[in-house]
Amino acid sequence: MKQLVVLSGKGGTGKTSVTAALAHLAAREAPIVVADADVDAANLELVLQPTQVEEHAFISGSLAVVDAALCTTCGQCEEVCRFDAVVAGEESYRIEPVACEGCASCFHQCPVQAIHLEPRQSGQWYRSETPYGPLFHAHLFAGQENSGKLVTLVKQQARLWALDHKVGCLLVDGPPGIGCPVISASAGADLALLVVEPTVSGVHDLQRIHATTEHFRVPSAVLVNKADLNPRRAKEIKSFCSEHGVLIVGHVPFDTVVTEAMVQGQPVTAYADGLVSRALQRVWRKLRGQLIS
Amino acid sequence: MILAIASGKGGTGKTTVAVNLARAVSCLPAKGSHTAVHFVDCDVEEPNAGLFLHPEIVQQREVGVLVPDIDLRRCTYCGRCAEVCQYNAIAVVQQKVLFFPELCHGCGSCTLNCPEGAIAERLRVTGVIEWGTAEGALSFAQGTLNVGEAMAGPVIRQLKQWAIPRRTRRALVILDAPPGTACPVVEALSGCDMALMVTEPTPFGLHDLRLAVQVARDELGLPVAVVINRDGVGDSGVEDYCTSEGIPVLLRIPMDRRIAEAYSDGKLVVDAIPEYRTRFQELYQRIKQGAAS
Repeated sequence: MKQLVVLSGKGGTGKTSVTAALAHLAAREAPIVVADADVDAANLELVLQPTQVEEHAFISGSLAVVDAALCTTCGQCEEVCRFDAVVAGEESYRIEPVACEGCASCFHQCPVQAIHLEPRQSGQWYRSETPYGPLFHAHLFAGQENSGKLVTLVKQQARLWALDHKVGCLLVDGPPGIGCPVISASAGADLALLVVEPTVSGVHDLQRIHATTEHFRVPSAVLVNKADLNPRRAKEIKSFCSEHGVLIVGHVPFDTVVTEAMVQGQPVTAYADGLVSRALQRVWRKLRGQLIS
Repeated sequence: MILAIASGKGGTGKTTVAVNLARAVSCLPAKGSHTAVHFVDCDVEEPNAGLFLHPEIVQQREVGVLVPDIDLRRCTYCGRCAEVCQYNAIAVVQQKVLFFPELCHGCGSCTLNCPEGAIAERLRVTGVIEWGTAEGALSFAQGTLNVGEAMAGPVIRQLKQWAIPRRTRRALVILDAPPGTACPVVEALSGCDMALMVTEPTPFGLHDLRLAVQVARDELGLPVAVVINRDGVGDSGVEDYCTSEGIPVLLRIPMDRRIAEAYSDGKLVVDAIPEYRTRFQELYQRIKQGAAS
């Protein structure tokens, strides 16, 4: 099974719109499985029209809780907490859940055992049916930890499904940035498609996401999105790619049809047959070649 | 006043709003009622504000996570450290202690619990924080997470401690937050006085705005206000949501190719299109009124 992950470094370059289009194009040829690895802000479900089939709780890490009746307000918990999660109250200390990282340091230091740890549900994950194949996706609850672990879980479920059903391609929509969820999203990928826009930030972030994929030894290819916005910056992307031996699989022009398709809740290639869709069809053909080779 | 610029979805224009607001305010003759403007780029995975403000960096500091430094001469391999570690960062097998630095959150629990006092701490560098000045007597600070590192939180935490002045009543601190809704966003937003959400009027923008509001307003209790960027594309969902939630829309930036082009070349909109200087200064007045009410 081949695994393609769509990344960008910088947010808002068009990762999800590209992933939705690739899902539409790929599914016309052979069955695929899709995973949305942007669990903080999952958007793929807005354009793939999913029907939810399964829902599961994501339990990860723990949360410290102070029993107010036992607390002697000695303050040792506050002293050892490095995450500023312990707050002094009137009668007892308490734990601020959003700040608590579940390290249990306070639990071990409390001299009167007034603190215990509770398992923490920090999100939910789902399997849904879409017109393009099964979609594995998740919602991390607001402000929670462990987005990387949830990404790993979603991908693992998607992989298992693909293996069980002999599906040859797993398409993963990645999160922005270069940190923990991105590392989890790209683990084990056969190819990372980096969606880049020709802006100073886009070029800067391409360097960082490319260094990240190199660090984890994931081969990459570049799609230049909104390519006609700034020809000079597009050239910078081109020279960066030739310097680093990265294949550019296509240029997609700036066009409001992408937003229109999003408003209609459809992949752009299913919504319209213009310049953007044709560019994306060429991109898919090239990617398919890369994945097979 | 500490003002966080946040968004949920990436690429909606957080950095654009943050840098233009900073320049517009720092160029005010008396800087309004604030005496100094401090810019803090907390998007440490993809710090881009410097590409627009061109700061002269004068100080630099390595930051990271305090990890255990085990003195094997004193270690009795009792395994207590592994037992208390909630992140599986330490394993003790027979006469060996295995430490996995990338899993360590730096909570210090192993050090506190070692019965032999054999564990000291050392800094594992995961990023760098920098400080300098930019045009308009703007104080500028940024953090950069090293490529391959998973945890943005510690870099953001240390950047904020270092760069935000103790007394902020007479200062305006503009903090560029990371995208998403997970722990790095909480780290950036906690302790701020207000969150200004930059969104675009599309289904993706709205979906992620809702989540970002959940973090900032519902979890952290911050007042929130909205800037709509690329106004005119998409649909009316964001406007309707803001009205029904009673969230003020403080600025609408139209979909204008000139803005996209200025941005793509690393130019400030307030410099490229002079009328925007006034509009960003007015935004600042509205923020102050909102904060006072």
